[in-house]
Amino acid sequence: MSGNVSIVIVSHSAKVAEGAADMVRQMVGDEVRVAFCGGDPDGGLGTDVAAIVAAIDSVWSDSGVAVLVDLGGAETNSEMAIEMLGEGRAARVAICNAPVVEGAVMAATEAAGGADLDTVRATAEEFQA
Amino acid sequence: MTDADLIAAMIARAEAAIAAHAEELTALDQAVGDGDHGLNMARGFKALAEAAPEIVALPFGAALQKAGMTLVMKVGGASGPLYGSALMAMGKAATNAPRDAASAAALLAAGIAAIKARGKSDVGAKTMLDALAPVEAALAAGGGAAEARAAAAAGLEATRAMRATKGRAAFLGERSIGHLDPGARSSALLVDVVCDVAEGL
Repeated sequence: MSGNVSIVIVSHSAKVAEGAADMVRQMVGDEVRVAFCGGDPDGGLGTDVAAIVAAIDSVWSDSGVAVLVDLGGAETNSEMAIEMLGEGRAARVAICNAPVVEGAVMAATEAAGGADLDTVRATAEEFQA
Repeated sequence: MTDADLIAAMIARAEAAIAAHAEELTALDQAVGDGDHGLNMARGFKALAEAAPEIVALPFGAALQKAGMTLVMKVGGASGPLYGSALMAMGKAATNAPRDAASAAALLAAGIAAIKARGKSDVGAKTMLDALAPVEAALAAGGGAAEARAAAAAGLEATRAMRATKGRAAFLGERSIGHLDPGARSSALLVDVVCDVAEGL
């Protein structure tokens, strides 16, 4: 489906990811679809490639998907998950180099205005400046 | 030994070695990281052992790729995509198991290149690459299992004095110095497993 850029939040902690997603929804309601995942394949702290792929799929937008990650393994696992989408879809997914909570809210607010993926990503990343 | 026997032996021994050293890996990771390396690796290699019957039925290259994908999906930390990408790249690079030092070096080189790309890292950053790159060099110079083990052990020990610039350990900065890198330790364990099987121990 086309429409606004979607947001995916990936944290080592399911609670952090869910909480960040709640904050995004408070800002943008239903205008931007947001998915979250956190926890390793056994439910401990960590990230899970299959869950990241599923999260991206669940909010897929042809306009793009902005992914916010917390620490090291979340980024590596998200890069792996994006590669597994195949080249065509992978090109429409961007990991934002931004703090996960603030970045997600900034990205979603930008996406709600209909901005393209590059703009959404840049807005999230500008937050660090 | 057929390629299937080799892979079966390596998976069984790797699972046992990682399980036996899981607490040690976790302790090393608690010093410089988030303390999950032992648990993550044990989970990944247990899944690998469970998938072994399916994996060994495949030709060598496809078997390595499936083994890599299993680690990617099951480890749950950055080491999953790192080791997994290495195995997948090695699987694409080879159709048969290497039977001499030069082809083993070439196969390992493909794995190391994948780890560098996936981790955006290189030798000297206190990572698994510091244990693996010396092994490639030893094999490329014509060394056998003994030289490969020694190279991994020396490479692992060299990580103690290094300052981490990658992964969670980078947050510690100077305080990462003085600790062995957990990823280099797990890599050295896996090098030992491969050498055990290659030597028919």
